Amino acid sequence: MISALSALPTAAVGEVGEGFLKHRTGETLPCQAHTSHLFCWDWATEHINRFGTPALQQFELVVISVLIGFAIAFAFALFAHRYRPLQWPLLAGTGVLFAIPSIAFFLLLLPITGRGRETAIIALSAYTLQIIYRNVMQGLGNVPESAKDAARGMGFTQRQILWKVELPLAVPEIVGGLRIATVSTMAIATLAVFAHAGGLGTQIYAGGNEVFPTAIIIAGGIAILMALGIDAVLLTVQRFATPWRRAAAEAA
Amino acid sequence: MTAALLTHPLFAGFTGAFEFIFSKQESDVTGGKKVGGIEQVLELAWTQIELSVLALLLAMLIAIPAGLYFGHRGKGELIAVGIGNAGRAIPELAAIALVATVIGVGFPGLVFVLALLGVPPILTNTFVGVRQVDHATVDASRGLGLTEFQVIRKVELPLAVPSIMTGIRGATVNIVATATIAPLAGVLTLGDFILGENVYGVNGVLAGAICTAILALLFEFALAGLQRRLTSKGLRLQQAQ
Repeated sequence: MISALSALPTAAVGEVGEGFLKHRTGETLPCQAHTSHLFCWDWATEHINRFGTPALQQFELVVISVLIGFAIAFAFALFAHRYRPLQWPLLAGTGVLFAIPSIAFFLLLLPITGRGRETAIIALSAYTLQIIYRNVMQGLGNVPESAKDAARGMGFTQRQILWKVELPLAVPEIVGGLRIATVSTMAIATLAVFAHAGGLGTQIYAGGNEVFPTAIIIAGGIAILMALGIDAVLLTVQRFATPWRRAAAEAA
Repeated sequence: MTAALLTHPLFAGFTGAFEFIFSKQESDVTGGKKVGGIEQVLELAWTQIELSVLALLLAMLIAIPAGLYFGHRGKGELIAVGIGNAGRAIPELAAIALVATVIGVGFPGLVFVLALLGVPPILTNTFVGVRQVDHATVDASRGLGLTEFQVIRKVELPLAVPSIMTGIRGATVNIVATATIAPLAGVLTLGDFILGENVYGVNGVLAGAICTAILALLFEFALAGLQRRLTSKGLRLQQAQ
């Protein structure tokens, strides 16, 4: 396995494909053939296209996983909120799923679901459960007793209090959990290559010898940018979903 | 090499993997040398434990004092929280692969890289934990004549323990998971079974996954136990209410 990556620089030349070496041989050999080059602009501009599909795959993996994870974790949190004794077991259970390294998780699913997208999505959404569950619980826990009392005084039922008072007030923590979950899942989804689910990891760990620093930096960079992009979108959602917070900030 | 697995009959399930863990197997590519077995499992597991524990200790050594200091002074919130957010976004695979191709690190270098991955969650949680300490409590301890250092050590640190431990557990998850792909950087951990499919076969891969998961859970349980012991009695009572 070590050999896979140690044989990189020479192999990078073979990867460039037709016509590339014909035009640039000997002295004009592009920078990718040199080990000392951390980043090769020539190669990057010429090969940026190959990152499109993996990036989309990874984006899809993350969005689907987080959505599934959110649906499950949110349901868990509502249950635990209603039936207090469930709180601890749910926290511990999701904690166990969170602690298992995703690469091991992918492979443990191997005899059951085989390799592919489903496997990656199961493991990735399992990973998000703890983060989202903990944040929703925290958000519900932070709702001031006085707000709930006022709602009760207005004749709200338990269900109305939950949906019209507690959950809206918990939005900042809930979205906060979603943000953490998305950003970390985006980073981990790079490992989905081990589940044969594609993604940017294919450009980093090809199991062969066509990977070199430039490709790793581009793939990693795209993953980070996508994470920051989704994070910014969620932050905007959070601001619009909690207008009273903006009003309070403006008044102060 | 992994492509062949797709067509491989995998339906024997986990039995082969457990056999791989406990007894040595023939391998096609090692020239008759046997692979697997409990000895190799323990050896690789030990390397992974060493690597993870050292990295975790180094990360704590950097992040906890820094978090306490910034938290106590109430400064550097943007940096402390920003580092935490940025750290989460770094893809571990890219980090390890890049380090391996560029520097080609061995054990000490890898400890350092893993420690860097562990710093952000600990730093952020330490900072947040200290900031959450009630101002009245801090003022009261100053009134009792505690020096600033004593305020940190005897008031802020104990009250921030739950938050700090959350950070440490997050960092551990990260470090142990990343230590699994350490063979890419030349340090043989349990991940070698996972990454070396052509040597260890499908059963080896699965065995690696099982052992890695068990190891990660052991870390998690150990830290959960430690958290209980370190949390002061008063805080525990408060949480129970």
